[in-house]
Amino acid sequence: MLGVVLALLIVPFAAAVACAVLPGRAARRLSPAITVTAGVASFGLVLALLPTVAHHDLTYLSYLRVDALSEIFLLATGFLYAAVAIYTVGYAERQAHYPRYARRLYAGLNLFAWAMLAAPLMSSLALLWIAVEITTIVSALLVAIEDTDGAAEAAWKYVLIASAGLGLALLATVFAYFAGSQVLGEHYNLAISPLIQVAARLPATPVRLAFLLALLGYGTKVGLFPVHTWLPDAHSEAPTPVSALLSGSLLAVSFYAILRYYQFTAAALGSGFPRDALLAFGVASLLLASLYVFGQRDIKRLLAYSSIEHMGILAIGVSFGAPVALAGVMLHVLAHAAAKGNAFMGAGVLVVKYRTKQIATMRGALDLLPWSGPLFLLAIFALSALPPSGIFRSEFQIVAGGLASGNYAAAAILVVLVTVTFLGLTAASTRILFTPAPRSLSAAAAIDRGEPSAWMVVPVVAGIVVLFVLGLHPPGELTGLISRAVAQLGAAR
Amino acid sequence: MHTAVIHAALIHAALIHAALIRTAQTDPVQAPGVYEGVANVIAAVMLLLEFGMLRQALVRDQIRLYMGQSALLSVLAVVIAADRNLPDLYALAALSAALKVVAVPLVMRRLLGRTESQEGEDAPGVAGSQTLSPASSVLAGIVLAAVGFFCFGALKIHGPAAPALALSLAGAMVLVSFGLMIVRRDVASQAIGFFSLENAISLAALVVASGLPLILETAFLFDLLVAVVVFGMLIRAHHVRAESLSTADLTRLRG
Repeated sequence: MLGVVLALLIVPFAAAVACAVLPGRAARRLSPAITVTAGVASFGLVLALLPTVAHHDLTYLSYLRVDALSEIFLLATGFLYAAVAIYTVGYAERQAHYPRYARRLYAGLNLFAWAMLAAPLMSSLALLWIAVEITTIVSALLVAIEDTDGAAEAAWKYVLIASAGLGLALLATVFAYFAGSQVLGEHYNLAISPLIQVAARLPATPVRLAFLLALLGYGTKVGLFPVHTWLPDAHSEAPTPVSALLSGSLLAVSFYAILRYYQFTAAALGSGFPRDALLAFGVASLLLASLYVFGQRDIKRLLAYSSIEHMGILAIGVSFGAPVALAGVMLHVLAHAAAKGNAFMGAGVLVVKYRTKQIATMRGALDLLPWSGPLFLLAIFALSALPPSGIFRSEFQIVAGGLASGNYAAAAILVVLVTVTFLGLTAASTRILFTPAPRSLSAAAAIDRGEPSAWMVVPVVAGIVVLFVLGLHPPGELTGLISRAVAQLGAAR
Repeated sequence: MHTAVIHAALIHAALIHAALIRTAQTDPVQAPGVYEGVANVIAAVMLLLEFGMLRQALVRDQIRLYMGQSALLSVLAVVIAADRNLPDLYALAALSAALKVVAVPLVMRRLLGRTESQEGEDAPGVAGSQTLSPASSVLAGIVLAAVGFFCFGALKIHGPAAPALALSLAGAMVLVSFGLMIVRRDVASQAIGFFSLENAISLAALVVASGLPLILETAFLFDLLVAVVVFGMLIRAHHVRAESLSTADLTRLRG
C-alpha cells in the first residue's frame, strides 16, 4: 500500500508540473487529458486504499499515515477532483483568452488537488498545517485567475483573512507541541497518534488553548461564523471548477484539521469542552447562513452561504457526540462533496449560458438546458436534504444523534434552520428553472437551447448517482470505514 | 504637534512595559537567569518595534522596522541555541535571518519600487491609509497589548524552557499585529502586518517549542517564502487594477 500512498502524492503533483511546463501547442492538446487522467487515477488510488484502511491504519516513512478518518476526507476530495477535472475540459475551452488562462487553470487545479489530498495523509500536526497553508496559497491565486476587479478584491480578502486565521492555527500547533513535549520529551515531532495515546497525561491549559486556537484558525478556512467573511467572495469570484473544489473539498479538509485537534482534546479533557465550543460555532454559522440565503442576487454566493450552512451542520453533528451523529457527520462530508460539487457545476453551466451570475437574469433554464436544468434542480434538492439523497440520510442520523444524546434544543434548532435554508435555496432555483424567460431577454441575449458542452454534464450525472447510492444503500465497505472512523473519534472520549 | 503626541504615547507604552517586566520579574517562583533576561528584553523590544510599525506612516519605514524585528528574532534563536545547547537552532537562526531580514524586505521593496515609479514619494494609496490618527492607533495598540499580555500571563504556561514573560509579550504582539492589519487601508501595510504576526508566532514558538525538529521549522520558513511571493503577486495584481495600493475601494463584494 505504500506505493498507492506515494502515487497519490506524486500523480497530481506531476500533472500540475506537466501542465505548467509543456510548450504551447502541446499544452493545449495534452493538459485536458493529463488533468482528467490524474483526477480519475487519484480517485482510483483512494478507492484502492479503502478495503485496507477499513480494517487497520497504515503508517509509512514516519510522516505518512492513513486511517479511517483521513480516508473519508480523501474519498471526498478524490471524487470531486475527478469530477471537476472532467468538468474543467468543457469549462476551459469556452474561455476567450484560452492558452494562458487554461495553462494556469489546469496547473493550479492539479496543484490545489494535490495539496488537499496531501493534508489528510500527513501524520503530524505540523505537516498538516503546512499542507493546509499550501491549499490557501494555491487557491488564492486560482481565485485571482479571472483577472477582474471582483476577482482581485476577493483574492486579497481571502489570502489576508485565511493567512491570519492560519497564523492562529500555527499558534495552536505550537501549543500542541508544548503540551506534547511535556510528556513525550523535547524531540516529539507533533505526530498525532502518540499525542492521543498520552492524552490523559497532557497539561490541561495548553491543550485547551490549542483547541480553541485551532477551532478559530482552521475555522477561518472552514467558514465558521464569525470568521467566514472571505468565503462568499472567493466562491463567487473564482472560476466554477475552483469554486466546486473550494466548497466541496477545501472546507472539509480544514474541518478535518479541527477533528484531529478534537481527537486529542477530547481524550485529554473529556469531550464536554470541545463539544460545547463546536456547538456554539456551529449554531451561529447555521443561523447566519440560513438568513443570508434569502435575498442573494448572485447564484454562486447563494451556494457559498449554503456551504457555511453545511459546515455549521458538521460542527453541530460532532458536538452531539453520539456515535450515530458522528456516523452522520462522516457520511455528510462525502455527500456534501458530491452535492455541492454538483450544484456549483450546474451553476457554472447556467453562468456560461446566461453570461451572468445574477439570479434575476436567469429564467426558463429548464427549457434552455435539457440536461443541466433538471440536474441542477436535483442537486439543489439533494443539497437541501430531500430523500433519497445522501444528505437526507446524514442529516437524519445527525438529528437522531442529537436526540439520542439529549440535545433536544440544538436538534430542534438544526431542523428549523435547515428547513429555512431549504426554502431559500429552492425559491431561488425554482425561479431560475420554471419561470419562463421573458421574450425580450431571450431575444436580446440570443440564447439557444442546448448544453454548452457534454464535458460539463457527465460529472454532474456521476455526482447524482453517488448521492443516490449514499442515500439509498451505502456500500458495506464504506459503512465499515465510517464505523471505524466513528470509533476513532469516539475512542478519544 | 502630532509627533509630540506620538512620542508621548510611545514613551507611555515603554513605561507600561517596563513596569510589567518589573512586576513579572519580581515573581518569587521564577528567578530570572541570563537567558531568561535576554529573552524577555528581546521580546519587549520586538513589541516596541511592532508599535513603531503601527504608528509609522511610510511603508518603507515599516519594512525597516520589520527587518529589525526579524533580526532580533534570529538573535534570540542564537541565544536559546547557546543556552540550551540546541545546534539545530543556529541553522534556523541563519535561515530565518536570510529570509526575513534579507529576502522578504527585498521582495517588498522591489514591489513598492515598481508601484512608486510613476508617482512621487511613497507608493500611491499608502499615504494617509491610516483609519485612525497615529496617536489613537497607538492607544488602541496599548489596549490590545495589555489584553494579550495579561491573558497569556493568566494562563501560566511555563516549563523549564519557557519564560512566561516572553510568552506574554508574544501574545501582546499577536494582538497588536492584528490591530496593524485592521487600522491600515493599504495592501502593503496589511501584508507587513501579516508578516509581523508571523514574527510574533515565531517568538512564541521559540519560547515554548524551541526543541521542534529542524525539518519542521524549515518547512514553516519555506512556507512563509511562498506566502510572501503570493502576497507580492496579489499586491501587484491589485495595483495594476486599482492603480493604487489603497483598499478603500474594495467594497464591491458584500452581503
